[in-house]
Amino acid sequence: MPASIPLLLLLALAVMVVVHVVVPKTRPILWKVSAALGLVMLGLLMYLGMFYAPPEAFMSNVGRILYVHVPYIWMAFIAFLMNVGCAFAYLMKKSWVTDALAESSAEVGVLFGAVGVAMGSIWARPTWGVWWDWDPRLISTTVMLLSYVGYLALRSFTEDPERRATWSAAVGILSGVSLPITYYSVRWWNSLHQVQSSTASVDKTMGSVLLWGLVTLLCFLFPFIVKRYEIARARQTAAMELPPLEAPRPEAA
Amino acid sequence: MTPKISLLTAAWLVLKKDWQIEWRTRARLTALIFFSGATLLLFSFAMGPDVTSLRAHAHGYLWLGLLFASVLSLGESFRIESENQALTGLVLTPVEPRAIFIGKVLGNASMLFALSLVLLPITIGLYDVDLTRVPHLLLLVLFLGTLGISAPGTVYSAISANARARDVMLPLLLFPVLVPLLLAAASATKLTFQPDPQDQLGSWLKLLIAFDLIYLSVGFLVFPKIAEED
Repeated sequence: MPASIPLLLLLALAVMVVVHVVVPKTRPILWKVSAALGLVMLGLLMYLGMFYAPPEAFMSNVGRILYVHVPYIWMAFIAFLMNVGCAFAYLMKKSWVTDALAESSAEVGVLFGAVGVAMGSIWARPTWGVWWDWDPRLISTTVMLLSYVGYLALRSFTEDPERRATWSAAVGILSGVSLPITYYSVRWWNSLHQVQSSTASVDKTMGSVLLWGLVTLLCFLFPFIVKRYEIARARQTAAMELPPLEAPRPEAA
Repeated sequence: MTPKISLLTAAWLVLKKDWQIEWRTRARLTALIFFSGATLLLFSFAMGPDVTSLRAHAHGYLWLGLLFASVLSLGESFRIESENQALTGLVLTPVEPRAIFIGKVLGNASMLFALSLVLLPITIGLYDVDLTRVPHLLLLVLFLGTLGISAPGTVYSAISANARARDVMLPLLLFPVLVPLLLAAASATKLTFQPDPQDQLGSWLKLLIAFDLIYLSVGFLVFPKIAEED
């Protein structure tokens, strides 16, 4: 079922993040494995995207940016969905873990989203003839990114950690409303941007390369999120005396 | 023990309190009228004296004027509560914090709606628009639009009232969220000023209603948590 692919990717990320948080033993290994796998897959993606996949019917070779542009935007979506999930979880039951995860997923989401938008702009120049167009998809994606930039600004402007956590959880949920608007914008309004590219909407070979690209970037999204999460936890620990992430190692005799 | 009052009664009391504070000085509304009036005037200077072009874009200027004024109005609505820790007092009373949200949203929305009514004659004077085509629908658009600004605006102003750099924080958080509302409200207003040959007004009104309902319910859910932290 191709429609379930984004959900499967989100689920895979959630499982890996939960394993990373809950099982301390996996912390030094899992992200390295994921990043190494991502690097190998990225090398292969270059080959697959450039030579293996057929040229796009209308855009020829320019369309090959699809294999990285779409995965970047999808990863931003997955990160923001995770942010909304963590925000809900925090408001249900206060926890520094969900707060740190919300912070890391928002920041990494903004990074991936910004790269995705930049790639879209590079692609738009030869295809549409302009770098930027006032199109519903582009506006709603920018709005989505801006609302998460506001979220990050609020976090950095608030000193009290508990206030920061509660306020940003509320803002995260309000920003989360922009996610479905962005996703459906190409269907709701007559947009210049084509409807969502998925593995089902393109040729089979192209679909499999796109899927390869999605898994590749997921392998990078995971280490980004967990490393940023560890920074957030370390900052929390520095701000208040919390129990440290790892138990202190016993001194060598 | 004080008897517990219902949500709507409490919301009405909060609303009445805000109206009373405003009525005693009438400072906020007066300042807002002059501020947004000046904004509308500045638009006509910036765009030049071409009446046709001004008339064609009047709906956009009207909503931008309202949007800029809303930042001042929303910021003020929780600033008065942070003086003498009035909000803490409100939260400590035996009422649901959600009643404070409803009361504050209605207070802010009524203030902005009143402002929009004052701005209408100014738009006639400056931009020569025709308000008599479908006046009841124009009022509906203004009502839904100002309610839509107030729903997320009340949540964000409660947050930014206590944050550092609060004057920067409120528009930074609010404006991205309001983009769909601005688009819908300005387009709907345009169709009340000018003929609507394709009958599109209904779909913009639906978008406005959906925006209001979504942000009212999300605000209703998250506001108690924010009030706890204040």
